[in-house]
Amino acid sequence: MTWDWAFAFEIFPRILEGVWITIGATVAAYAISLTLGLVLTLLRRSSFKPLSLLVAGIIEFIRVTPPLVQLFFVYFAFDMGPFLTGAIVLGVHYSTYVSEVYRSGINSVPKSQWEASKALNFSKAQTWKKVVLPQAIPPVIPMLGNYLIVLFKETPLLMGIYVMEMMMIARSIGAESYRFLEPITIVGFIFLVLSYPCALFIRYLERKSGQLPGSAEKGVKA
Amino acid sequence: MFTNIDTFLPYILGGLSTTVQAFLFGAVLAYSIALVMGLARTSRLAIVRGFATVFVELFRGTSLLVQMFFFAYAFPSLMPFTVSAFVAGGLALGLNYGAYASEVVRGAVLAVPKGQTEAAISLNMSKFQTMRRVILPQAVRLMLPGLGNNAIELLKGTSLVYFISLADMTFNANILRSSNTSLSAQVEIYTYLLLTYFVLALPLVFLTRWLEKRASKGVSTV
Repeated sequence: MTWDWAFAFEIFPRILEGVWITIGATVAAYAISLTLGLVLTLLRRSSFKPLSLLVAGIIEFIRVTPPLVQLFFVYFAFDMGPFLTGAIVLGVHYSTYVSEVYRSGINSVPKSQWEASKALNFSKAQTWKKVVLPQAIPPVIPMLGNYLIVLFKETPLLMGIYVMEMMMIARSIGAESYRFLEPITIVGFIFLVLSYPCALFIRYLERKSGQLPGSAEKGVKA
Repeated sequence: MFTNIDTFLPYILGGLSTTVQAFLFGAVLAYSIALVMGLARTSRLAIVRGFATVFVELFRGTSLLVQMFFFAYAFPSLMPFTVSAFVAGGLALGLNYGAYASEVVRGAVLAVPKGQTEAAISLNMSKFQTMRRVILPQAVRLMLPGLGNNAIELLKGTSLVYFISLADMTFNANILRSSNTSLSAQVEIYTYLLLTYFVLALPLVFLTRWLEKRASKGVSTV
């Protein structure tokens, strides 16, 4: 079998329709993981030991079990429809990774910053909002951005619960025409074209963040 | 609820050997590729570096599931020989996670201080000797935690072979589900499946933690 350009051009628009579902699921899942990730990080820092241990255990369990199985579990246990299930499960799965990123950001804030907030009589909420998070988040933005790309590339899993994303469309084209080469290659091509520029941009941010005034100061301290 | 453990669990575990075999196949391939490509990426020869970069970006930029479908359905049609589903699945797992792990290897090699290479040069060591006796022994310690995390990701990734009809644990669980359609049975099946994956991952989790501890032991942080 050789590559058939006419066939490829014929099916390209059909596959491209799925890209919006893919992007929609990515953005929804990413919003969930950024929010829930922060909540998990804060809960994990709770001074109430049973709570922080429980949260740490839940994070570990979600992180090391396959997202595909989690998809099946939630899809068949709760009646939420495929798209919502997909966005929630991928979002929750990657919130465990994102919470690690936040954690490393928060741990990099020097202890003296907490002490200074206390000396200024800041409340706990004020300390977080005005002192800690503004210093903890910017350095980890490239790492957070990385997970957007990772999530994007995880969305083909959603075909397992019949979300009509690109891979699902490609498979049905293959099943109809007995030609898998073109549809699958096209999907791979679209993934590459969309994710690679984002990856380059994030690497640029990573390189640049070493020169940010904030991180330079930390470099002096360390 | 949870009354069918005697019939469900053995059936799911019937796929255990396929899951473990896919994991081992993928791991051997992934770590071999990681070492070769990771070192190639640090090569002084532009052509070697270029080839490795294209390989890594290609396999990181397209999605694992897309690659698995490609090797299972498109690749055989291009080749004069047949490719079994197991080989296709193992290839996709090995190449994909190998590309990710090669970044770990590259990062570790680059993290070895430059003075070490300079010292090796001043001792009149050859390039090969420098790599084998000076750089790699120090880099291995740095890369082990990352490679441990890669193993956990790889184990999770093996669940994707379900899509190419390999009878792994996820595949068996889905067969069970199609003949046990009550809500409680479905929840039960996927609970056992998740727990089984968790138990399989635990040794890898502890191994990675131990490696992380070892990696930072007895090393000056200057």
